[in-house]
Amino acid sequence: MRYLLMIYDDEAGYEAATEEQREAMRREYGTIADGWGERGLMRGGDELAPTSSATTVRVRSEARLVTDGPFAETKEQLGGYFIVDVEDLDTAIALAAELPAARSGSIEVRPILDM
Amino acid sequence: MPDVAEVLDRAFRLDAGRAVAALIGALRDFDLAEEAWQEACEQALRTWPTRGVPDNPSAWLFTTARNRAIDRLRRDRIGLEKTAAAVQIADLQALGDDMHEIPDDRLRLLFTCCHPALALDTRVALTLRTVAGLTTREIARAFLVPEPTLGQRLTRAKRKIREAGIPYRVPPREVLPERLDGVRAVVYLVFNEGYAATEGELLRAELCDEAIRLCRLLDHLIPDEPETRGLLALLLLQHARRASRTDAAGEIVVLEDQDRSRWDQAMIDEGLGLVRDAAPETGAYRLQAQIAACHAAAPRPEDTDWPRIATLYTALAATRPSPVVELNRAVAIAMADGPDAGLRLLEPLAGDLDRYHLFHAARADLLRRAGDADAAGLAYDRALELVTNDAERRYLERRRRDLASH
Repeated sequence: MRYLLMIYDDEAGYEAATEEQREAMRREYGTIADGWGERGLMRGGDELAPTSSATTVRVRSEARLVTDGPFAETKEQLGGYFIVDVEDLDTAIALAAELPAARSGSIEVRPILDM
Repeated sequence: MPDVAEVLDRAFRLDAGRAVAALIGALRDFDLAEEAWQEACEQALRTWPTRGVPDNPSAWLFTTARNRAIDRLRRDRIGLEKTAAAVQIADLQALGDDMHEIPDDRLRLLFTCCHPALALDTRVALTLRTVAGLTTREIARAFLVPEPTLGQRLTRAKRKIREAGIPYRVPPREVLPERLDGVRAVVYLVFNEGYAATEGELLRAELCDEAIRLCRLLDHLIPDEPETRGLLALLLLQHARRASRTDAAGEIVVLEDQDRSRWDQAMIDEGLGLVRDAAPETGAYRLQAQIAACHAAAPRPEDTDWPRIATLYTALAATRPSPVVELNRAVAIAMADGPDAGLRLLEPLAGDLDRYHLFHAARADLLRRAGDADAAGLAYDRALELVTNDAERRYLERRRRDLASH
């Protein structure tokens, strides 16, 4: 089954980090992603730009409503995602628990429907 | 009047859990497995009265349920589903005719029903429905929720199991201890749901029996787990007091006032045996069982070994730190060393437990013992502001009145 691992964390911490610290975080995620890749589990993943760059779009009565900011203001923000292909939820949970943001923020695990 | 299939289901409840577990194992489909078992029970009700009860009723029910499932797979599956159905049918046929000849699948079922990705109340309901074999109606009555609400909860749970890919298996070694703890927590929750009900509603007391049955099953499926044994001992020692916990009018009778001759001695003996055999380790259930054993082993309230109970609560507080454990520890120390020692330990808990009626009730009792009736009265007033259960309220009101009359 494919699962989307959505990485939620307080982006203020990330914003406050030095470039070196950010580079270290990226390397940490990179090492994990490489490991999953070698095990043949990776189907994709990206880091997202901060929510300050987000735009939300709605169409109501044929009119386009475009607003600044994310869909919902939350304490933790979606900062990136992975798509993995594993046997079951237990395996997906085990992978999610490996991510650094699982310790500081949270990872939402969602199955991807096969069309 | 209960429906007839429900009566039959109850008669074969243990078989129902085992049969449904085996059917789910082959089918990977909770609904189809349950419906097939239900249909087999209904068929038994139609044919047994005229043709007689078969020699081996549970084997008959299992074979019939298996065949009903095969029929439905052949009849209902169309197009691409036929390939999947062919695999399911082959797996069902491979089960053979006698479920007692095949590996017991209830452990896989238990771990699936108690999966942490399901909400806690859902885990409880699903375990009672599929492992313990209670009907939706029985569970709804026991948890005081409308039957359709509980039905929806079960439907959503089964959908989540399917859609989220919750595996039907015993978890691997590295997560087994944590998941086993989760199963025990569900068993304990079922028990407490029955135990906390003091109004003598029959079905809720049955929840305690059901929890003990589930705990025995867990102990049978994964033997020699000290904490499972500890939990079983704890449940037996608490349930042994059921007859004496309320009086004829349904009023609460506290431990020290209970008629100890009405305690279930067979249950106490079994519980004490389990506690004696347990390794002297510090698992939370074993510690609680040892505390319950101190009470159960005392012929009279004044024979209670309070210093030992206080030591056990200290160990429990180290394993599972919580203000409520600290409260119990303070009460035990008050019983061992006098009310003032207990009151000193209660002071730092006032912040955390200010909204907890039993904190104020315990404090009131210690103040009364210390001879400070005015302060005790105020503490009872505070407990009465917070209490929600009617029987507990009446108990606290009695204590408050006794205070004034002395």
